[in-house]
Amino acid sequence: MTGFYTLFHKELLRFWKVSFQTVLAPVLTTLLYLLIFSHVLEGHVQAYPGVAYTVFLIPGLVMMAVLQNAFANSSSSLIQSRVTGNIVFVLLSPLSYREIFLAYVLASVARGLVVGMGVYLVTLGFFEVPLRSLPWVLLFTLLGSALLGALGVIAGIWAEKFDQLAVFQNFIILPLTFLSGVFYSIHSLPPFWQSLSHFNPFFYMIDGFRYGFFGVSDVSPYFSFAIVVTCFLAVSWLTLQMLKTGYKLRH
Amino acid sequence: MTPAIEIKQMHKRFGAVTALEGIDLEINPGEFFALLGPNGAGKTTLIHILAGLTLASSGSARVMGYDVVTGYREARRLLGVVPQELVFDPFFTVRETLVIQSGYYGLRNNDSWIDEIIHHLDLADKANTNMRALSGGMKRRVLVAQALVHKPPVIVLDEPTAGVDVELRQALWRFVKQLNRDGHTIVLTTHYLDEAEALCNRVAMLKQGKVVALDSTQNLINSISGASVRLRLSPDTLPAALQPLLSSHDEGYYVLTVKEYSEIEDVLAALRGAQVQVLEMQLLQPDLEEVFVKIMGSTESQEAA
Repeated sequence: MTGFYTLFHKELLRFWKVSFQTVLAPVLTTLLYLLIFSHVLEGHVQAYPGVAYTVFLIPGLVMMAVLQNAFANSSSSLIQSRVTGNIVFVLLSPLSYREIFLAYVLASVARGLVVGMGVYLVTLGFFEVPLRSLPWVLLFTLLGSALLGALGVIAGIWAEKFDQLAVFQNFIILPLTFLSGVFYSIHSLPPFWQSLSHFNPFFYMIDGFRYGFFGVSDVSPYFSFAIVVTCFLAVSWLTLQMLKTGYKLRH
Repeated sequence: MTPAIEIKQMHKRFGAVTALEGIDLEINPGEFFALLGPNGAGKTTLIHILAGLTLASSGSARVMGYDVVTGYREARRLLGVVPQELVFDPFFTVRETLVIQSGYYGLRNNDSWIDEIIHHLDLADKANTNMRALSGGMKRRVLVAQALVHKPPVIVLDEPTAGVDVELRQALWRFVKQLNRDGHTIVLTTHYLDEAEALCNRVAMLKQGKVVALDSTQNLINSISGASVRLRLSPDTLPAALQPLLSSHDEGYYVLTVKEYSEIEDVLAALRGAQVQVLEMQLLQPDLEEVFVKIMGSTESQEAA
């Protein structure tokens, strides 16, 4: 346990020591989204009856911040360690592949939680956001950030260089989060785009998370939960296989 | 007795390139062992396989009896590796780095041993300095310290003195010799053959992925028979009687090979007889470098034939 705990702690320190860049910056970016989108769209769009657009937007943006930062944490830590070579200190140690997986994923969860909390707390100062069910909110936060943390491990191992990681981030993670219903309810989309959204796992994370706040969602939270758990298990299995076989790490 | 390191029929291919071709090697506990060979001979690949940084294509490796693949946790606990590249984590200070490295090995309260390593490697002044701010030599010391946090019985140093100043080199060898006296097995790769000769009791020479020589340092040196005398003469001519002994003549220096030291008497007598004056005389004893050059050269000619 000490080995796992040390790596986890080191990963926490890694982002905490540069929290200006890893926590404050994403909180600020997310708040800018909120400012601009709510300014432009408030009064034009009503996603759920009786819910102001800005208030509707807040949980989506919080979850987006959680997911993007969870991904950024494990992926950038791994690619940095690999490019600079200091990953060798982890690889030389008797840490098991399961311990390595857990440490990176949990540190990602922590970073996602901290950034998400930051955005949420700031918006609470300005808006009244209902909170119907804390358990659903926590469940989707943990599962979503763990899923993205594991994806970040895959990306950090697969990418050889920083620009390959950027490809992963800009062409997969970013479109999937933006098209997941952060800024709108998918019921407002044309039927084709609506059905396409159902193939986007990020949609279920956002939708389930939002259910925790409003008690309203596009699909049942139980269904979203089942999808997100399945995705998490599949991605975790793949990540563990990569770590176990030493793919690109012990070649 | 369980060997400290046991390598059997080790093969490693990287695509079309064969890095190791059937290495068999046994290193006993307490040895100070040198792994020598030109660049690309496979030394680092072999070390990486021992450390689990690379997986062998076939064959097996054990550290203190534990297979490096199936028993990797035990094997890695018993092994300390100083990597060749100067790598570091820029987020942490020297002490933080060592505390974290101890943690990876499951050690929580390792401060007194960390203090001891810091002291021996002369890092005390820099203990709370960020890794980024250290000079290359200091970073090298931290790498050595990191390999020792868990007091491994087997220590592998991959070219620890490449690009290192004299002071650190001496301090490092003092510390490593002390560790060896305390019972640690040391495996060393280096291009400085005088270091290997002075420190190591046994030597393996690798060439193109094969072991081409494996013996005690003394036996290898003794395999080169006789000695050589280097002479500068006035007048600058070698008497005809001594021509058969001549092995090289360069810039006024004659190198003569003698089978036994007593033959030097005959050489001097012949010179006196020819009324040739000796201006300078040096006795050249065979060393590991000579053995290395000879072995690397002879395997080359075998391959050519």
